[in-house]
Amino acid sequence: MLSSVIHVDDLSASYQKNKVLNDVSFEVKKGTITAIVGPNGAGKSTLIKTMLGLHPKLTGNVSFWGNSFKAAKKKIGYVPQRGSVDWDFPTDALDVVTMGLYGKIGWFRIPSKKDKEKAMNALKKMGMESYAHRQISQLSGGQQQRVFLARALAQDAELYFMDEPLAGVDASTEKAIMTILKELKSNGKTVLVVHHDLQTVPEYFDHVLFLNKTVYAHGETEEVFTKDNIATTYGGDMQWVGKGDQYVIQSTSH
Amino acid sequence: MSYSMWIILTASLVGLSCGLIGVFLILRKQAMMADGISHTVLLGIVLAYMVTQEVSGPAMLIGGIFAGILTAFLVQTLSSLKVRHDASLGIVFTSLFAIGVILISTSVGNVHLDVKHALMGEITFIPFTTMDLPLIGSIPKATALLLLVLLVVIFFIVAFYKEWKITSFDAALAASLGIPVIFFHYLFMTLVSVTTVASFDAVGAILVVAMLITPAAAAYLWTDKLIVMLFLSGGFGVLSAIIGYWIATWLDTSISGSMALATGCIFFVTFLLSPKHGLVSRWVRPAELREEQEA
Repeated sequence: MLSSVIHVDDLSASYQKNKVLNDVSFEVKKGTITAIVGPNGAGKSTLIKTMLGLHPKLTGNVSFWGNSFKAAKKKIGYVPQRGSVDWDFPTDALDVVTMGLYGKIGWFRIPSKKDKEKAMNALKKMGMESYAHRQISQLSGGQQQRVFLARALAQDAELYFMDEPLAGVDASTEKAIMTILKELKSNGKTVLVVHHDLQTVPEYFDHVLFLNKTVYAHGETEEVFTKDNIATTYGGDMQWVGKGDQYVIQSTSH
Repeated sequence: MSYSMWIILTASLVGLSCGLIGVFLILRKQAMMADGISHTVLLGIVLAYMVTQEVSGPAMLIGGIFAGILTAFLVQTLSSLKVRHDASLGIVFTSLFAIGVILISTSVGNVHLDVKHALMGEITFIPFTTMDLPLIGSIPKATALLLLVLLVVIFFIVAFYKEWKITSFDAALAASLGIPVIFFHYLFMTLVSVTTVASFDAVGAILVVAMLITPAAAAYLWTDKLIVMLFLSGGFGVLSAIIGYWIATWLDTSISGSMALATGCIFFVTFLLSPKHGLVSRWVRPAELREEQEA
């Protein structure tokens, strides 16, 4: 049975004086993979951050399994944008993955052997076990993204938020990440992904949420991923490049 | 213990505690915050003196903590009001420091507290003001204070080691895991403040910045492991203290100035020789390898 994992009701948020989210309301069902798409500055990352309490909300309500974020946070995994951290930090891949477990380890305790094993298994899943002790600045962009994904896997959450996990990664990493996302889905986990590449939406995601400060359309990909919805969400900021049945959209204002 | 041994011990304690705290200043990209707090603790110390009418360790620590947290809070508030972060820091620390300077010269000017002393420190006089501690016996007050602060710093680094690591590396993840990032920010600012206050007598407000930042910046170039960086940075701090004392005796000049110079020398040597980032290793490394690494 499909039940709602996330309820977002009338959420709004601002960056300094600019309102970037306005009256955002939607629900997400268990076991789905949703792409959040929209033009630059549409508030995609802000939406995730606001839902996770990392950015203050102005109005509205967000609940997970009917509870507040605080009560649900142990079941939620978050993958920030790769560019949000300093990759010159003196640490290795395994250590970064272990950080995903810090919330469960508890105060005044250091990661146990078991925690390290868990982290190692997550790295293995991403095909990164041979890089476990590599300093993180020595990893390629795709490998860094895999480390981030492994960290989320180690958290063993029920619900995942991922901010542009496919941005600037190589083809094999993209494949590896999508395999993992499908595996998560088949295990009944729920995933929300901020995504930038409209072309791959129908292939990768079963749900789409069109966002441009507010929700333009949301639902199953087959139903809502239409030219009309893309055009209204992206406004005049894009041009069409006809290529048969494929949507090739280029944002003209960057 | 001899007079010069006390000075070397005190200087080493400064080097050690500043070196440890400095690691997180560098990794959290808050080196400039140290510059700010090192100045504003002057206000805290002056206020503490005005309240208690004496220059005592505990009162100074409390005053320093107050000033440090006030600085962090005001900088945060200003930058949330659309003032750029670096500008906020520039405004806040100079203003608070100015108030400190004015208070020092109008209401509390005396032998123990003057602007020159506050800026440069005077480690030479430290062995003259002693106190008695059980078991240890007679010990200079400033040294005892530094010892206390070092223990506090080590305690907090060890107790919250993984929290420091995650809040420094990825604050957003830390917050999403429910780790109180803001709390750790202020706790860290408190540790910076107490370290600065305790080092004040020895090296003063300006040179404490060198002790906080330079050994840690050098350690950062030697290693890829946080724990090693902490040991190296602390070690460089102590080494700078000893080399500094030696230079000062040799040239008959300011000890604190020589210590700061020694940190600079250690950094320079590091910059030339460090295995991964040093200039020499960059020249020596074969071209193909270099390209591969920079790609």
